[in-house]
Amino acid sequence: MYRYDEFDERFVRERVAQFGEQVKRRLDGSLTEDEFKPLRLKNGLYLQLHAYMLRVAIPYGTLSGRQLRQLAKIARDYDKGYGHFTTRQNIQFNWPKLKDVPAILDLLADVEMHAIQTSGNCIRNTTADQFSGVAADEVEDPRPTAELLRQWSSQHPEFVWLPRKFKIAVTGAEHDRAAIRVHDIGLRMRRNEAGEPGYEISVGGGLGRTPMIGKVIREFLPKDELLAYVEAIMRVYNAEGRRDNKFKARVKILVHETGTEEFTARVEEEYAKLDGPTVNAPLEEVERIAAYFAPPAYEDLPAESVTLGEARKADAGLDRFVEQNGFAHKQPGYIALTISLKPIGGVPGDMSADQMEAFADIAERYSLGELRVTHSQNLVLPYVKKDDLPALYAELKTHDLATANAGLVTDIIACPGLDYCALATAKSIPIAQEIAKTFADDARQKAIGELPIKISGCINACGHHHVGAIGILGLEKGGRENYQITVGGDATEHASLGERLGPGIDAEDVPGAIEALVETYLSEREGSESFIETVRRTGADPFKASFAGFIETRAAQEAAE
Amino acid sequence: MTVITPEGERRDAYRLIETTEDAKAPAGNAAGSKPLVPLALLGEIETPEAPFGLFVENTAEIAEIAPHLGSVDLIAIAFPAFSDGRGFSLAKRLRREGFTGTLRAKGPLIADQFADALACGFDEVDIPDTMANRQPVQQWLEMKDTMSVHYQTGFGEGKSILQQRMAAREEAAR
Ligand code: SF4
Repeated sequence: MYRYDEFDERFVRERVAQFGEQVKRRLDGSLTEDEFKPLRLKNGLYLQLHAYMLRVAIPYGTLSGRQLRQLAKIARDYDKGYGHFTTRQNIQFNWPKLKDVPAILDLLADVEMHAIQTSGNCIRNTTADQFSGVAADEVEDPRPTAELLRQWSSQHPEFVWLPRKFKIAVTGAEHDRAAIRVHDIGLRMRRNEAGEPGYEISVGGGLGRTPMIGKVIREFLPKDELLAYVEAIMRVYNAEGRRDNKFKARVKILVHETGTEEFTARVEEEYAKLDGPTVNAPLEEVERIAAYFAPPAYEDLPAESVTLGEARKADAGLDRFVEQNGFAHKQPGYIALTISLKPIGGVPGDMSADQMEAFADIAERYSLGELRVTHSQNLVLPYVKKDDLPALYAELKTHDLATANAGLVTDIIACPGLDYCALATAKSIPIAQEIAKTFADDARQKAIGELPIKISGCINACGHHHVGAIGILGLEKGGRENYQITVGGDATEHASLGERLGPGIDAEDVPGAIEALVETYLSEREGSESFIETVRRTGADPFKASFAGFIETRAAQEAAE
Repeated sequence: MTVITPEGERRDAYRLIETTEDAKAPAGNAAGSKPLVPLALLGEIETPEAPFGLFVENTAEIAEIAPHLGSVDLIAIAFPAFSDGRGFSLAKRLRREGFTGTLRAKGPLIADQFADALACGFDEVDIPDTMANRQPVQQWLEMKDTMSVHYQTGFGEGKSILQQRMAAREEAAR
């Protein structure tokens, strides 16, 4: 893991002190509320429906046990005893008091953490593949790139007053687990014909009310030119992005309205003019950062563990857990594990302070002290020895952290929705809970297989519903909550947006509608196709038909009542 | 309006020309003697004797400004709102174009932006008096120095964190 040096430390401490000053100047009237608001947001502090919310950055989703323990302390002392992991690998506290925020920021700084730029019209936390450094299909580890970008984007003098928020994601694997094509900038690490390292760069992806898939503007950028090229993109966006309408201010609209070709030309023109070598990080610095992410001291182990093999035969629960939540590791004898924060009936992404503390211990004992946060609101233990799995599983079970549903129909992404969010038009967490209950049966879930469902409580799409194999968007219609259903969304390297199936439905009908869609999939699927693969082959029509059938049946039932 | 530089408040040596009539008026001693001419007006009035000040919108193209760089000693970039960051990029581009005169950020900026403005190439800000009353010059000077380190190379004075790390490594290797 990256460790702060004296400079990083000083930067974060000074930033905390600066925010303290800003709060004071708000209170003495030097700053108006309008002036203070963006400063507060750039320190991660939102005003929500019932209270302030503090969003803490977890750079590229990497945490140490020590850091998680500190988050547990904050949850216990300053919140209602839990935290909420978000779809951008961050954690939110929903109930801090304004007066406590400087103290919380100090506690974070004590463990090399911060809330800088987790909100506001600036470059947000850079996200990356949760299996970075351990995935068997990895070309190159994206974490050093993400860390370099974290530093470079922190309080960038030119780019803290952008037209709108700006999100960057990096992946270094063949399979995109970081959803890079729905980010403002998506970086895919690759090599050119000569075998030199670099990036494919896409710009203008994003969800929200105008969802778009990012366009590739550079097939290959040599690795050492990254910061200068990103600066060129940012400068074009800062100068030309729309500021007349906040709903049209994201870079995706600029790319769309300008045209990909013209936008690319403007970026390249800017790039040709700027003095790259003065902007780019020197090789020594890139290497210094990369050294922190060198592989840990793995033990020499046989690829298969006899201990685990026997334990799996004896314990069906363990067997199922490993099958569903295990992830192929680069290193023989090791496995990465997804720890689901989606117990049936729970709040997706929530974790109690007790669980955090227990899990910090677990990470230290079984995963070299490190854990990851995924954009699907789960956690990952990246360095588990297969031999240790039986003992680890037993411990996870005692803390209710052994739900074997990673990627399944009950592993639902849901934004906070009407339970917390000031912008929400509908509930999303209770919808997720009802769907999970409907499909709670293990055998049924397994038979359905991989099926990412994503729910947003309003058109802003924080639940990424556009890229859910099944997407659910909660709106308000005539004073009632109304849900639109889409199928065919995909956030991976096959990025695509979901297609709407028909008119919106009532909250209580959502689980039934999902069941109808699942039935359609089961009858249409060929061989071992997953839900999304079937939709990709058949198109949305069979699903539209069964959805229409479902609505008709429901209408008939209601008429009969 | 109040002009603030890193050294403190300064008397404004420029007076804004808002109409072609203004341009004809004799330079009084009261409000500053050099004309500050909006880019759009430059073609319509008799070009003042160099050097004068040029006032540009934050949407102005470099190509429109470039021909005048040699005859002006100050360029003021408009900030219609403090949250509109276009002026920062324009300043950066003007410096790159070789402008060595005074760069001024003109509009309702807040003290919290002073350091960023200077880092992007500005020398001073010119803020409405109502703002200066709420955020007196002392606050600007204090907020300017709240951060002693920055990551970005090529911005601001002093070495970036990346450069300081390099220097420390070289020192250690010696
Ligand atoms: S999608 Fe809407 S309701 Fe959900 S968190 Fe975002 S803004 Fe709030």
